[in-house]
Amino acid sequence: MLLEVQGLCVNYGHIEAIRDISFGVEQGEITALIGANGAGKTTTLKTISGLRKVRRGKIVFDGKDITHAPTYERVKMGISQSPEGRGVFPGMTVRENLDMGAYARTDRKTAAYQQDLERVFQLFPRLEERVNQAGGTLSGGEQQMLAIGRALMARPRLVLLDEPSMGLAPRLIQQIFSIITEINDQGTTVLLVEQNASQALRRAHQAHVLETGEIVRSGTGAELSGDESVKAAYLGGDL
Amino acid sequence: MDFSFLFQSISPLTISDLFHQFAPLTITGLALGAIYGLIALGYTMVYGVLQLINFAHSEVFMFGTFAVAWVVVFFHGTSSTSQGLFSTLGLLAICLVAAMLTSAAIALLVERVAYRPLIRKGAPKLIILIAAIGASFSLSEIMGLRDQIVGWFGLKDNLSNYVSQARNVYSSPITIDPHGLFSIGNYRVTDVDLLTIGAAIVMMAFLDQFVRRTRLGRGIRSVAQDPESAALMGVNATRVVQVTFLIGGLMAGAAATLYMIRIGTTRQNAGFIFGVKAFTAAVMGGIGNLRGALLGGLVLGVAENWGAALFGTNWKDVVAFVLLVLILLVRPTGILGESLGKARA
Repeated sequence: MLLEVQGLCVNYGHIEAIRDISFGVEQGEITALIGANGAGKTTTLKTISGLRKVRRGKIVFDGKDITHAPTYERVKMGISQSPEGRGVFPGMTVRENLDMGAYARTDRKTAAYQQDLERVFQLFPRLEERVNQAGGTLSGGEQQMLAIGRALMARPRLVLLDEPSMGLAPRLIQQIFSIITEINDQGTTVLLVEQNASQALRRAHQAHVLETGEIVRSGTGAELSGDESVKAAYLGGDL
Repeated sequence: MDFSFLFQSISPLTISDLFHQFAPLTITGLALGAIYGLIALGYTMVYGVLQLINFAHSEVFMFGTFAVAWVVVFFHGTSSTSQGLFSTLGLLAICLVAAMLTSAAIALLVERVAYRPLIRKGAPKLIILIAAIGASFSLSEIMGLRDQIVGWFGLKDNLSNYVSQARNVYSSPITIDPHGLFSIGNYRVTDVDLLTIGAAIVMMAFLDQFVRRTRLGRGIRSVAQDPESAALMGVNATRVVQVTFLIGGLMAGAAATLYMIRIGTTRQNAGFIFGVKAFTAAVMGGIGNLRGALLGGLVLGVAENWGAALFGTNWKDVVAFVLLVLILLVRPTGILGESLGKARA
């Protein structure tokens, strides 16, 4: 197990955002968290990255307890995230944004770094075309590509993707999801948060359904795709 | 309302004075403005990263001016002389280093004591601002009590050259005689003018490149643009804030050296007026914008000098602040407008 979340509780003030969540992310797999708005998916990712304080419970990454480690330490250990709303640096060029992704790396002057940059440009040729354009002037889809590409520049062992399909045109959604599969095939473990449940379940090895801060169902992507209640609630009943 | 009193001081004579004095007023204004600009960098950088005004920055500057005076006393003794700039360059270099280190140390102290504990606890911005004001008063009063403080340690006799009459004006024993180098209009531009303006521009260019090109500079910009995203990139925000205060302190120390070359005296509240002016310069240029800080400083310095010539010296601050209000009415975000974060530079 690369990442283990055990009995995690997180509060926003007095409101419980997530309650007693436990799940694991297997090395080399795609794990998906699906659920409605406000179910606690984004909070879960932010807590794994260290942006939210844990009230109770434990987060273990690669055998080490990181529950209270600062975010930058977690990035160094190999957890990177493409955040909700993309979090692109608006005043930096595409290239500078990608360099920021590699901020924690010590090998920025080496061939390995150049390779990773080329790999990102291969996945997202659009970014190469716009390499000197400011992040804030990109379209929503391009910003999403930049956010994912930037997360990959950290050469992470685990990449957390928060709503990578949000606000994208249907054709682009297909493309983003096949890229996620491709990233995974190249060896990066993926934890994916999505409202687009049908796509997420099709791509995921393991999936968990969140409702009001709790995990109500878990299984393989295929199992949950076939589950009647999941179909009714998240797949529009007609997958 | 009768505003004629405003124009009473404008007689044909003073307008022709202004015309006649145009070159000297402008050049000495630029030199003064360069000092404002260097101090303004500290305000603007801290604002860019934390969206907070560091009210203690004026004291960071003030400690730098004392460092200069002390170094001069230490190497030169207390006998007053008047010397040219070039014969004192070596001494001034030591002064510069001492002032930059002193101001940087004070800036780091302020960050560590007044800012970091409150930021860590997630305190509201208002609380942090008040802590900064408290730090400002404390530092100023500590400097004002320095003879008593060394008294407690029984060092009063040893350090009397450095601490005597703590609340009075403290003069550097060497006054620098400016030498005219060449003429612009009817003004002989002096070596001190050139040094002041040149130093500010060089520092500015250096800082600009640092923020634009280095990894740490990118870290500073990333925190200014989106602190949460910056954390996800592996940026240690505490370290970035510390570096920001450090740079602001170094620039204030450089400003303090130029100030002492030009003005030659300081006191425990010398930071206040220059702090207010520098803060005004930062807002005028566009707070959070590095180039704006220097530009705002230069504009303010020149405006003050022209205002003083037109309306009399008593009116120079009025002119400066009216100009600030006018600029903000037209461009609410300042002359250059962008924040440190948004600026591509």
